[in-house]
Amino acid sequence: MFTFAGKLHINNFSCIMANVIKIKKGLDINLKGKASDVLLNGGKSESYAIVPDYYNGILPKVVAKVGEKVKAGSVLMIDKNRPEIKFVSPVSGEVTAVNRGEKRKVLSIVVKPDAQIEYEEFGKKNVASLKGEEVKEALLNAGMWPFIKQRPYDIIAAPLDTPRDIFVSAFYSAPLAPNFDFIVKGQEADFQTGLDALAKLTNGKVYVGVRSGSAVKGMKGVEIVEVEGPHPAANVGVQINHIKPINKGEVVWTVNPADVIVIGRLFNKGVADFSRMVVITGSETTERGYVKTISGCTIKSLVSGKVLGQEHIRIISGNVLTGTKVNMDDYLGAYDNQITVIPEGDETHEFLGFAMPRFNQFSASHSYFSWLCSNKEYVIDARIKGGRRAMIMSNEYDKVFPMDIYPEYLLKAIIAFDIDKMENLGIYEVAPEDFALCEFVDTSKIELQKIVRDGLNLLYKEMN
Amino acid sequence: MKALRNYLDKIKPNFEEGGKLAMFRSVFDGFETFLFVPNETSKTGVHIHDCIDSKRAMTVVIIALLPALLFGMYNVGYQHNLAIGADPGFLMTFIFGFLAVLPKIVVSYVVGLGIEFAVAQVKKEEIQEGFLVSGILIPMIVPVDTPLWMIAVATAFAVVFAKEVFGGTGYNIFNVALVTRAFLFFAYPAAMSGDQVFVRTADTFGIGAGQVVDGFSGATPLGQVAIAGKEMIGSFQAVDVLGNPISTWDAFLGLIPGSIGETSVLAILIGAIILLVTGIASWKTMVSVFVGGAFMSLIFNMIGSTVVMCVSPLDHLFLGGFAFGAVFMATDPVTSARTETGKYIYGFLVGAMAIIIRALNPGYPEGMMLAILLMNVFAPLIDYYVVEANISRRLKRVIK
Repeated sequence: MFTFAGKLHINNFSCIMANVIKIKKGLDINLKGKASDVLLNGGKSESYAIVPDYYNGILPKVVAKVGEKVKAGSVLMIDKNRPEIKFVSPVSGEVTAVNRGEKRKVLSIVVKPDAQIEYEEFGKKNVASLKGEEVKEALLNAGMWPFIKQRPYDIIAAPLDTPRDIFVSAFYSAPLAPNFDFIVKGQEADFQTGLDALAKLTNGKVYVGVRSGSAVKGMKGVEIVEVEGPHPAANVGVQINHIKPINKGEVVWTVNPADVIVIGRLFNKGVADFSRMVVITGSETTERGYVKTISGCTIKSLVSGKVLGQEHIRIISGNVLTGTKVNMDDYLGAYDNQITVIPEGDETHEFLGFAMPRFNQFSASHSYFSWLCSNKEYVIDARIKGGRRAMIMSNEYDKVFPMDIYPEYLLKAIIAFDIDKMENLGIYEVAPEDFALCEFVDTSKIELQKIVRDGLNLLYKEMN
Repeated sequence: MKALRNYLDKIKPNFEEGGKLAMFRSVFDGFETFLFVPNETSKTGVHIHDCIDSKRAMTVVIIALLPALLFGMYNVGYQHNLAIGADPGFLMTFIFGFLAVLPKIVVSYVVGLGIEFAVAQVKKEEIQEGFLVSGILIPMIVPVDTPLWMIAVATAFAVVFAKEVFGGTGYNIFNVALVTRAFLFFAYPAAMSGDQVFVRTADTFGIGAGQVVDGFSGATPLGQVAIAGKEMIGSFQAVDVLGNPISTWDAFLGLIPGSIGETSVLAILIGAIILLVTGIASWKTMVSVFVGGAFMSLIFNMIGSTVVMCVSPLDHLFLGGFAFGAVFMATDPVTSARTETGKYIYGFLVGAMAIIIRALNPGYPEGMMLAILLMNVFAPLIDYYVVEANISRRLKRVIK
């Protein structure tokens, strides 16, 4: 009587036709505080830093000394296990501090910038005439390698690997996320060069996920895939799962689109120019739009004067689903090009909240009323809004998880750390960010992304 | 509300580790989180959370149960009035039923929550709200004349051995309320079946005293079906407590003898709509139970060798605890199948099994409880095969 189970469950949430993926499962959370496509004036960052915690899969070894003069592109830190992976200074100036925490863990390497940035010269190169190995070397030397991540494990890619394919998702779909078309404006040539460089690194294809009508639809030498549907449509893991899923033993690489531009610039200009656009968003901001800055800048330089008040707010480097909580003195996340400011909510004591209609609060569940007013924008604070429980409700995760994977069963396998089961259920295809929406809608308020991150780290240790 | 909040903040230290009242920490914690949404903010992962929590989910289920509960109270009074031939009016009828049912709710909650609070205290965990639903389900699925002490013993047994030993809410294999019912059924069979327990003939707290009228019989329709001999095939007619025939429509409305909350399909239907619109219960499970039940009834109709086999599908679905079980018990997310495909299979088998037990087991007139408990055991197996299909699909990808 069970034999028909397999046939019944066909992959019914997507179809690929002529390079169009339609994502049906997912959730767009309509937050207040959207930015329009305008350029704002950013403040001057008093310091820049490399923060090892922003990278996964590395053991930091500091090579720069305090007091040393560095240029933009000079090595500050390497990965102890894979010393060819270098982390370079985004600006020129003086190394002012190597901050350490418990057990001498490196927290940050801080550089005080010069008035005028001096660049290490790497030499302009014509990507078309380079071999894969030469591209790899150029990226490693100029500190661009950390931009390249690999699946399995969602860590910085192993330089010795040759990936099956490389995936770039050239748009964003997370709440209040930036508009990539605006970011790439005027930098299309660098983006193209970056893609060309990536194409040299794989024997397979470079897949670029775009929205219909995107400005980068015309990129050459890559496979353009149109993606429709709600968040997490832009998650590269979702796109991989629909385009060409990762099997055991295979490795694919992923790069954020904004970082592809930086890679392109290295070849076109011959220098490590880490300039990037960061969008300032969120209900607790007074001014919203894009700020042009350099990787590793302080949060203060981005949001100072643009935030409502100082207390009971939460500043997030990144978006509300996957970002990192930061303070004014912290530094922009290594892969981030978004700042979101929301209320912290810690002073809110909601009376009998679970029994109230809560018209002003958002829920993906129909037990509240937000599903009846789909155009309404919500201010959501950082409260968990409930107690932690065991997994009680079923089909909550599945509804926002558009991959051919059973998220609940994979999570349970990770919690039990049953390696065979994890492999069988698709651990190699996922990254913590793929579980972000599951974590948002979870009635039981379980820290799913942390479970997945810890599981991936532990699995990596076991397997290597 | 500010005053209440300030008061809670003031007395809170007493309940913390080392405080005078630390032994009641779980109780305080339970009430505090009940009154005020915790202001704890996220530390890892997502920075914002959906405003649904398990308290909300449980609240929706309780609201969905209210129509059936209120109707059940009225029906208790209504059946009693029929039995003693009195007509004290709508309000008094309801009050009689209310007073008859209330002690059962109180006993079930006091015993169940008492154990939950104690366990939470010992395990130093937060009190969980799962029993808020179980505690109201229990009085709704027992006959009105079940002694309170039996409910207390059965509830304690179920909470401890069906739930807490497995790890608490979310880890149980069996539906807690149904284990309570099963315990009562097997431990005290005389008090759980027959024609003496489903209609209260005595008074309640001195209200509604009277002489039972001539010709009274308190047997439920399914009880009558079960004892009807083969010679009655074709001529069998279920009757109410006074011997008047019961139509399918009567069974739908629910003014017939039966366990407290499960007689009215109409009231249960209102609850079902609430559960389905809010998405708290799965329509896949619910619909599949009815489909499975109807399918099996049709099969038995074709065989037709006993009275119970000849009961029409609609009557089968409307009588006894079938609708109540399908809507409120089979859909319990913890003990039912958790995969979407599995829900169809699980639901269908619950429905089919319930009718099989009704038709083929001479001992039990009703099969819903046992069918759901049986399928609770099989739910993980069904899910296993559904997930296994995904795994083999992944493995096939490698070979290609």
